[in-house]
Amino acid sequence: MSQTDSSPHGTAWTDQRVETWVSVMLRTGVLLAAFIVLIGGILYLVHAHGAPRPDYTHFRGEPAAYTTLSGVLHGVAAFDPRAIIMLGLLVLIATPVARVGMCIVGFFFEHDRLYIVVSTVVLLILLYSLFFHK
Amino acid sequence: MDPFVFSLILLVSALAAGLLGALSGLGGGVVIVPLLTIVFHVDIHYAIGASLVSVIATSSGAAAAYVREGFSNIRVGMFLEIATTLGALVGAWLTTRVPTHAIGLVFGVVLLYSAYTSLKQHHDVLTRNPDALAVRLRLKGSLPTGPDSHIDYVAQNVPAGFSLMTAAGVLSGLLGIGSGAVKVIAMDQAMRLPFKVSTTTSNFMIGVTAAASAGLYLRSGYLAPALAMPVMLGVLAGSLIGSRLLVRVHVRTLKIVFALIIVALGIEMIASNVRGFL
Repeated sequence: MSQTDSSPHGTAWTDQRVETWVSVMLRTGVLLAAFIVLIGGILYLVHAHGAPRPDYTHFRGEPAAYTTLSGVLHGVAAFDPRAIIMLGLLVLIATPVARVGMCIVGFFFEHDRLYIVVSTVVLLILLYSLFFHK
Repeated sequence: MDPFVFSLILLVSALAAGLLGALSGLGGGVVIVPLLTIVFHVDIHYAIGASLVSVIATSSGAAAAYVREGFSNIRVGMFLEIATTLGALVGAWLTTRVPTHAIGLVFGVVLLYSAYTSLKQHHDVLTRNPDALAVRLRLKGSLPTGPDSHIDYVAQNVPAGFSLMTAAGVLSGLLGIGSGAVKVIAMDQAMRLPFKVSTTTSNFMIGVTAAASAGLYLRSGYLAPALAMPVMLGVLAGSLIGSRLLVRVHVRTLKIVFALIIVALGIEMIASNVRGFL
């Protein structure tokens, strides 16, 4: 039996501490994402003023500039408002992934080998989904 | 319509959805897709894209409040996230293959089901028999009930809970929602975890589950930046305000009102998509 099993209160305390870090990170991530989306949104509305609104009634898919990481980064460098919004959305998508990464570190400190493996499996599924899922 | 006016209307609608979602405990994500498709005639693929990012934002934004309460169980959440993320991979893949009307139809049914579960009363049926698999996986914990008291709990029926969670993941990926209702059923009904543990752990899992669909949504072009912008900001602001107001409003009445709205949207979605098939 591992040490964590013999001292349930110690585990609860460390869990609580890990969760507190995680929640601070999640909040920071989501606020940063919202801030970037807001900046991009304001720029978009200033640029798009008077133009007809985009038609979303038929699905055509977004152009390549907004569907790949490199496309978005190029757009941000060129100060494209929509690319800035997309950057914010990518930061947002990255926050739960970072959360799983932080849990691996937390379980490492608790010497919980089983849950290091479990969280690593979740992280690998997420990384696969973000980069390779077709 | 001018893009500015359109974005403003979307922002206000999303804010209302987020507010009602937080106050009723149902989450704002579940009404975003019907709102966008029925009211604003947005194609369902763009709608589920905007909904998915809103779901991630609310889940991450609410995390701090849940952690303070100390009810959520990270081991239970992490173990079941294997099921929900794998399910989400399948669900997101299905959106690229299944006809639009089929997505809408499933959505309508899920709306009706969510309304039903939100009004059902919950009674914790705690079994303290040590389930061998749950003990090996350390799916247990203690729920604080007072300053110096707590109840110990151990999960039951792990395979059933895991299967239900996979289904929750498929629905999340297919519909761009958090599937909170199905996640809570899996933990509360199947695994016999205390209701408070189920709801808070479910919130934690929603963001990770939704992130597993985001890659394919992005590559398939479902994330329309100018549409997602007001929706995501509105839902996030609404849910943050809602979680602060929560103590001051009569939740039961609000739950009924929100459930009725969801039922109406669900019926409309089923009807219009059945018509689409004919």
